[in-house]
Order: sequence, then C-alpha cells, then structure tokens
Amino acid sequence: MGMKGILRVVPKEEYLLPGNPSCPGCPASLGLRYLLKALGGKAILVIPASCTSIIVGPYPFSSLRVPVLNIAFAAAASTAAGISEALKVKGKEGIQVVVWAGDGGTADIGLQALSGAAERNSDILYVCYDNEAYMNTGIQRSSLTPYGAWTTTTPKGKVEEKKNLPMIVAEHKVPYVATASVGYPIDLILKVRKAIKYRGFKYIHLHAPCPYGWRFPANKTVEVAKLAVKTGIWVLYEIENGKFRLTSLSSSLIDPSKRLPVNKYLKLQGRFKHLSEEDISRIQEHVNTMWDELMRLVKES
Amino acid sequence: MKLLLTSNYAAAYGAKLARVEIVAAYPITPQTQVVEKLAEFIEGEELKATMIRVESEHSAMAACIGAAAAGARPFTATSSQGLLYMYEMIWWAAGARLPIVMGVVTRAIAPPWSIWSDHADILSIRDSGWIIIFSESAQEVLDNIIQAYRIAEHKEVLLPVAVGWDAFTSSHTAEPVSLPEQELVDSFLPPRTPEPFVLDVNEPISHGNLTYPDEYMEFRFLINEGLERARKVIREVGKEYGKLTGREYGLIEEYKCGDADVILVTLGSMAGDVKDAVDILRKEGYHAGLVKLRCLRPFPREALLNALREARAVGIVERSFSMGRGGIIATEINSLLRESGVNDVVTVSYIAGLGGREIGVNDFINIFKSLFKKMERGSGFEVVWYGLRG
Repeated sequence: MGMKGILRVVPKEEYLLPGNPSCPGCPASLGLRYLLKALGGKAILVIPASCTSIIVGPYPFSSLRVPVLNIAFAAAASTAAGISEALKVKGKEGIQVVVWAGDGGTADIGLQALSGAAERNSDILYVCYDNEAYMNTGIQRSSLTPYGAWTTTTPKGKVEEKKNLPMIVAEHKVPYVATASVGYPIDLILKVRKAIKYRGFKYIHLHAPCPYGWRFPANKTVEVAKLAVKTGIWVLYEIENGKFRLTSLSSSLIDPSKRLPVNKYLKLQGRFKHLSEEDISRIQEHVNTMWDELMRLVKES
Repeated sequence: MKLLLTSNYAAAYGAKLARVEIVAAYPITPQTQVVEKLAEFIEGEELKATMIRVESEHSAMAACIGAAAAGARPFTATSSQGLLYMYEMIWWAAGARLPIVMGVVTRAIAPPWSIWSDHADILSIRDSGWIIIFSESAQEVLDNIIQAYRIAEHKEVLLPVAVGWDAFTSSHTAEPVSLPEQELVDSFLPPRTPEPFVLDVNEPISHGNLTYPDEYMEFRFLINEGLERARKVIREVGKEYGKLTGREYGLIEEYKCGDADVILVTLGSMAGDVKDAVDILRKEGYHAGLVKLRCLRPFPREALLNALREARAVGIVERSFSMGRGGIIATEINSLLRESGVNDVVTVSYIAGLGGREIGVNDFINIFKSLFKKMERGSGFEVVWYGLRG
C-alpha cells in the first residue's frame, strides 16, 4: 500500500498519548495506538495485570483518551462482559468494550474467563498482545512462549511448544477470530474495523515482539515482527463466521519457497542464541508442518 | 402480600423488588435456588435484567464489577468455596468503591467436604471493606437485600454489601414472608443515579491505575471512612424502611437485655432459639438476654457497648473461629469491652454448630446456666468448643 493509502486507513487522531511510560521499542504501545485509532475512541478498555497496567500511567494520570478499567489478572473477559451487558441494559449503543491483555492474562491465568466469555458469545472485542512471556514481571515463560526460547524460568530454553490460542478461541465458534502483527498495522486496523461490525465475541491475537524480553535492539521491533511473518513463524489470517482466510503478506506465502528460512528471524533475538542447528531444524520443520495444516484450512474454506 | 418462601427465594424476590439490572452468578449448594428463581423472573419477563451465566465465582464478581463500574445495579450470590474462589475480586469490588450486593448462604469450608451451616466463609471477607449484614429469617433476607442497595449506593458510603443467611436452616426452610408492594420499594429505592466516575466514553477516566506509596494509604483510609459513615446510614435506612413496612432495622437487635446479668451474642438462625431459651430461663427467674448481631461490618461498637456494658457475663456463640486465637466475633467483642474500660465482665467465646452441627434451645439453656456460674469469677476471657465429641 502506498503512502496515500496508509493515510487513508490510519486516522491522524491519537488516543495513546506521548510521554507514556512504555519501554523504547515497546510493541504494546504500537498495538494500542493502532487499535485505538481503528476504534476511533468509541471504546471502553479493560486491562488486566500486564505491562499495559504501567503504560496507562500512574494515578492520577492516564496516557489513554478512552475510559479504562484496570482489573485483576484472571478477570478481564468477564469484567468486560459485565460492562457490555450493563451498557445494553442502560441503552448505550455504539460503544465497543475491549479487553487489552497480554499472553499470560489471556492464555494462562485468564483462559477460563476468556473461554467462558467466548462460549457465551459476550459482545466484546478481546485483543491479546502476545509478547510470548511474562514481561512485566521480568521475562518468565508463558504457555505462548515458543519452543526453545530463553526466559528467566526456562534458562536452558523452553522445551514445550507454543499453545495455538487463536485456533482454540475459534473452536468456541465465535463470529470473528484473527491474528495480527505490530509489523503490519494496516492489516491490524482493517481487522479491528471488521471485528467490531459483529455483535458477539471477537478475538484478535496480536504478535508483539518485545525488545527487552526477546533480547534485540529497541529499534528493531517492526523488523522482527515483519520477519516473523516473512519466515512464516507467525501467520496473518482471519476466521470470519468459521471461514478461514490468509491475509496481508501471509496470503502470498503458501509456496514454501516464498518463505524466508526461520533462522533469519531467530538469529536477531538473544533469546534464541543458544539454539543448536538441530533445534533450528526442528523449528523449521514445525513451521513447514503448520503451513501444511494451513493449506488444508485454505482449501476447506 | 404474604408468600411462603425459603430464604433463598426471599433473596431472589428481594433482588427482583430492588430492580437489579445484572445478575452474574455461578451455582453452588446451597445457593442455587437464588439464581434459579432469578433466571425464572428474568425469562418470564417479571424482571427486566440480564443474567450472565459465568463459568466461575471469580468471573461472577468480575462481571458485577464491570456492570457496576458502567453504572448498572448488579446482584450475585454465592457460598463457601465459591466465596473463597472469588476472594480476589471481593477486595477489588471494595477497593473500587462499587455498590454491588451479594447474597452469601453461609456454609462450611472444605476439606473435609461439608455443605452445612458455618460462618467461616463470610467472616473471611471481614477485613476487605465490604459491609456485612446477617439475617435470621427469610423476611430479614428479603428486607436486607432491598436495604443493602440503598446503603451501598449512598453517596457517603459507596461500598459493596454482603447479606448473609444460614445454609439449609434458613436457605431451604420456608417461612411466611411479607412482600412489600413494588411501588413502595420503588419509592424507597429509586434507580441508581450513577456517580460522575462511571465508565463513559464522553468523559474518559481511568480506574485503578498504579498508585505510588504517596497515595495508596489515603485510598485505604477513605474506604474505612466510608464504612464508618455506613453505620449511621444503615440505621437511617433501617428506620425509613420500618416506617414504610412496619419492620425497622438497626445494627443489632436487643432482646430483654435491659436488666440482664448474662447476655448471649449470636447471629443468624441461632438467634430464634436463643430467644426461646431466654424466655424459658426468665420464667425460672434468670435475668438472661440476647443480642443479635445484624451488622458485622462496620462493627457496631457503640450499640454493642450500650447493650453489654451492664452485663456480668457475655457469651458469644458463633459458627466461626480464628485458628490459633478464638471465636472471631468473640475476640472482637471482648476487645471492645476491655478497650472501653468494661473489665468487670466475664466473656466466653463459644464455638458451636460448625459444619451444621445441631444446636438448639436446650443447648442455649445449658450455655446460659454455665455462664450464670462463670459470672461469679468477675472478669476474664475463655474459649469453649461447645458440644465437642470426646
């Protein structure tokens, strides 16, 4: 998309204010910024314990120009459902209730509430910004930490695979599930806009490379995010009423020769520096197998 | 209108008359009928509300928090393990100053499993900032739930209220209950007028942000101020409710305490049997009396002191215990008496009826008679596990 196209899609209005306490190169602040631009400020944000609990700013300040309810770690989806139902009872229409949660608050401690709200088809938009570990508490592994990654609780590298959360949410048969990346803001914005047209549970899983936790320089967030997509490790897609569709760059990566080798992505990050050739091959094979599975989904849809 | 209702159904009728807007709850024995009845009311369009059928008690309270933060009037009910499971959100609700009302059907905590009456669950939230009100009968459950919204939403209070009643002895026992007319309740309890700080896209503000040590203490202090002010509000609301219905409520209820040498303090369904014991003993010439605690938090300091200061012995019979210390309510009352300079009194903490163990009129007569002997000691504090099998 050319510059004019980008300007047409991305509103100028800012809802995440400058001077907020996010780290240099923070992917959460990038994602939040685009999310709120896409929502046009007509949103109430529910934020469970996460880095964003800090980014919103200390009392009595707020870095966000939308109302925010900070909430306990495991409670985001159900709190948002409560707000959403209350707004309906009060006859307030056109306000999107949005959960903005990290991978721990979504895939681990918050999974029960997330699953409950998804199964009930609560009318909320749930966005998980996935920086693949507990970053706010100092880089501990989560169920969304990928295989092999160093964290402070997996000092030799994680031995388990990353949980496939967007597909788990999709199995709740909700109207809209999508993945996104902070490296592809237009794709994210279009997905947010599409999601909020639906009444019911919407889920966006946002890949969010974290310089601090992944051990890469703060000016490389977007580069790392893009490489995750270009290597096929992270896939951009959406599942609209059960219909699966690859989006943005991912839709042109079905041919394996179009995908960069995974090492291009891994070698930029200190969290993978201990990986053996064997480990890297294993990760490459895993990506290839995953794409075979995606091919099946593309054909079925 | 009079209906034959269990305390559980009375709670549902109370919530309906209070025109609750959001019901979020997770089933647990012996609370289930509260939620089932409300589901009937909602689906039968007798109550204009939304039910959120959450997957846990943690989510039940979270949904109530969300709903209250958005300006609605939420209701939930739970018991025992469920209350412990929502414990994190209990503190959140009070800290966020949200006027939520919750029914607690008081039940023992496992292990071992027990579904019967016990107060360890509700007393676990004692220090959280919730107002805690206890009910003796189905009528009181209904009346307390209606009043709880007036108290919780009062601008001087803005705190959540838990209304307790006993598992099975109250929850599943039907009694005649007077239902006030809806118009009467509407005049007593108008729709909630949301505070300026509810979630609103036109006036965006952020709730619950990180607070540095320079400010956090003040937030805690202000919760306590709200609770202290609630004492007066609870009395005023109880008086006003009395004018409308003929049933007035205070922080405590005194029964024949005026000239009593020995007073038993208790709460919930035990109070009825204690009244019978008092009547029997009075006929035998004993100067016995009862104080029934309605309000556990805020602690009814002055009311208790006035009722108890002339007694020579005070027995506190409770279904709760602080491990390594004594009866929770008993130690509080003992402290109150001593810190107020009332030293010429014997206080005895009776731990009784845990896990639903039967305790009845004859037991209370035994306890009274034993206290009439103990009062001769003049002073002191003692813990007695009543009816413990050897």
